[in-house]
Amino acid sequence: MGNIVELTQIRKSYGEGTPVVTEVLHGINLAISEGEFAALTGPSGSGKSTLLNIIGLLEQASSGQLHINGQDASGMIEAKLTALRGRTIGFIFQFHHLLPGFSALENVMMPSIIDSGWPTTQAQDDAMRLLTQVGLKDAAHKRPSQLSGGMQQRVAIARALALSPRLILADEPTGNLDTHSANDIFELLENINREQQSACLIVTHDPALAARCQRRIQIVDGQLI
Amino acid sequence: MVRLPFALMVCLRYLREGRMQTLLILAGVTGGVAVIIFLTTLISQLQASIIDKTLGSQAHIVLKAPKAANRTTLPPEQTAAIIQPRAQRLQSINQWAAVAQLASQAPGVLAVSPMLSGAGFASRADASQPIAMMGVDAQAYQRIVGMQKYLKTGRFDVSGTHAVIGVELAKDLGVTVGDKIRLVTMDGRGDLFSVAGVFDIGNRDLNRRWVYTSVKVAQTLLDLPGGITQIDLRVDNLFDAETIARRLQALTGLSVDSWMQTNAQLLSALNSQSISNNLIRAFVTAIVAVGIASVLVVSVVQKQKEIGILRAMGASPRRIMSVFLLQGGFYGLIGSALGSALSLGLLQFFSRITRNADGSALVSPDVDVSVVISACALALGVGLLAAALPARRAARMDPVQAIRV
Repeated sequence: MGNIVELTQIRKSYGEGTPVVTEVLHGINLAISEGEFAALTGPSGSGKSTLLNIIGLLEQASSGQLHINGQDASGMIEAKLTALRGRTIGFIFQFHHLLPGFSALENVMMPSIIDSGWPTTQAQDDAMRLLTQVGLKDAAHKRPSQLSGGMQQRVAIARALALSPRLILADEPTGNLDTHSANDIFELLENINREQQSACLIVTHDPALAARCQRRIQIVDGQLI
Repeated sequence: MVRLPFALMVCLRYLREGRMQTLLILAGVTGGVAVIIFLTTLISQLQASIIDKTLGSQAHIVLKAPKAANRTTLPPEQTAAIIQPRAQRLQSINQWAAVAQLASQAPGVLAVSPMLSGAGFASRADASQPIAMMGVDAQAYQRIVGMQKYLKTGRFDVSGTHAVIGVELAKDLGVTVGDKIRLVTMDGRGDLFSVAGVFDIGNRDLNRRWVYTSVKVAQTLLDLPGGITQIDLRVDNLFDAETIARRLQALTGLSVDSWMQTNAQLLSALNSQSISNNLIRAFVTAIVAVGIASVLVVSVVQKQKEIGILRAMGASPRRIMSVFLLQGGFYGLIGSALGSALSLGLLQFFSRITRNADGSALVSPDVDVSVVISACALALGVGLLAAALPARRAARMDPVQAIRV
């Protein structure tokens, strides 16, 4: 099976051009294959989130090569990055980051609306199916503020799956939840990985959860170990 | 669910979320548009009525024979003698028929009327009043001054020995239509006329002094056979009068005066009204623009995180920009619709409560459609322009930074 993500010698520094340059990532080499279920662990400040943002095309690396789904993203212009990000990658954040003014259903439809520029019946049906899959069929028309933390995170997962992305990036998806809900969410991710063959890269602090992943990637002080 | 494109859908949702802000800024735009339409209509109506009242009884341009000047061999500063200016006698325009023909062909000139005027007296029994005798061609003159609307009684008929006089003179002499009066010029020539009509042009002095006769009769009484003292013109566009007057002066060498010279005070009053109107419009527009911009700047800051999320989900900077541009356009569009309605209502209201001295409405509730359209276009443009800066800011936001906030 091919690699969905390939990083070669990725470096990232902040404050370039100023007297204080901080290098956060020191030449990362990493490949994640299609359908892989991987955990990214490491202490605070080790560069986990920065690495995830670079893979998610939200931040540009200072140097190095980045291939997403076989495409070289290193020198891409913003518009192409945006398109690649929208179609290939689904994000799940630590805080659900749902749009407060829209219902759960609309939030799940949003990536598809952004992609086509228009809400379609297809998108609505897909969103409904995803909400059913995460067990929130009845909450489809509720606003995020009317849902519990665990439910919000499940809506966020459904949203990340909206365009059937080949890669799901989750930044501490359970960090804000109690153990019971965290377990549910993790199981949900495992199911999705198994059923849809989407690769998952999950940043987590919880060793128990990390242990359940096929692969553990550890990062310390900006280097993989 | 109503299917709207992404940018419009998000825009409307944001407007609904910030209901209070939306309502307040809409009220602001509405007020601004209403003030602009209302004020522009009011001022242009008042100006039109002032112009109509003042210029209704005047020619826009008057051509006269040049003033007779002293002929000296040396310029005045090189002579020791005091040279008195010459007394001006009644003088005909040289080749007046050709001049009238030339003037009628000048671009922008609508009508031409030759006139012969001179001083005299009107008398009946023991009563006698000084008058200005004006010999006119009834038809040509009515194209310059619409006498029909000023006539109180009778007709504007100056044929034969008919004369048309003002109400004050009629009162002073105690005559009405059909009565006889005697008109005498300064050198004693006179004749008996019958009053064909009595006019009131809204100026007591002129109502007492102006007496219309035919050109032929005036030529005989004023001893200027075949002569004409002035040619009156009416022009298409009032404010071109001065330009046309200067061109005619250059062409004919006559003394040419436009209403803009003879009514310089009126002109400057009209101008300062227009300037104050423009100033008010400019300030209102600026305030509306600042209002919309500030609401959107705040909105962009409030929505920073959501913008980041939308960007992370694949929304392009251009899409984000259009969300906020649409908001500005919405404020402009809805505000101008409401503002137009409000200004129409205000005009209706004002036309009912304000009255002229004669009881007619001071303001007509009719609005010039072009004023409404231009005010709405202005509001829409201002809305979009004011939104441009915040929208750009939103579009340029770094998604990672935005989400972290």
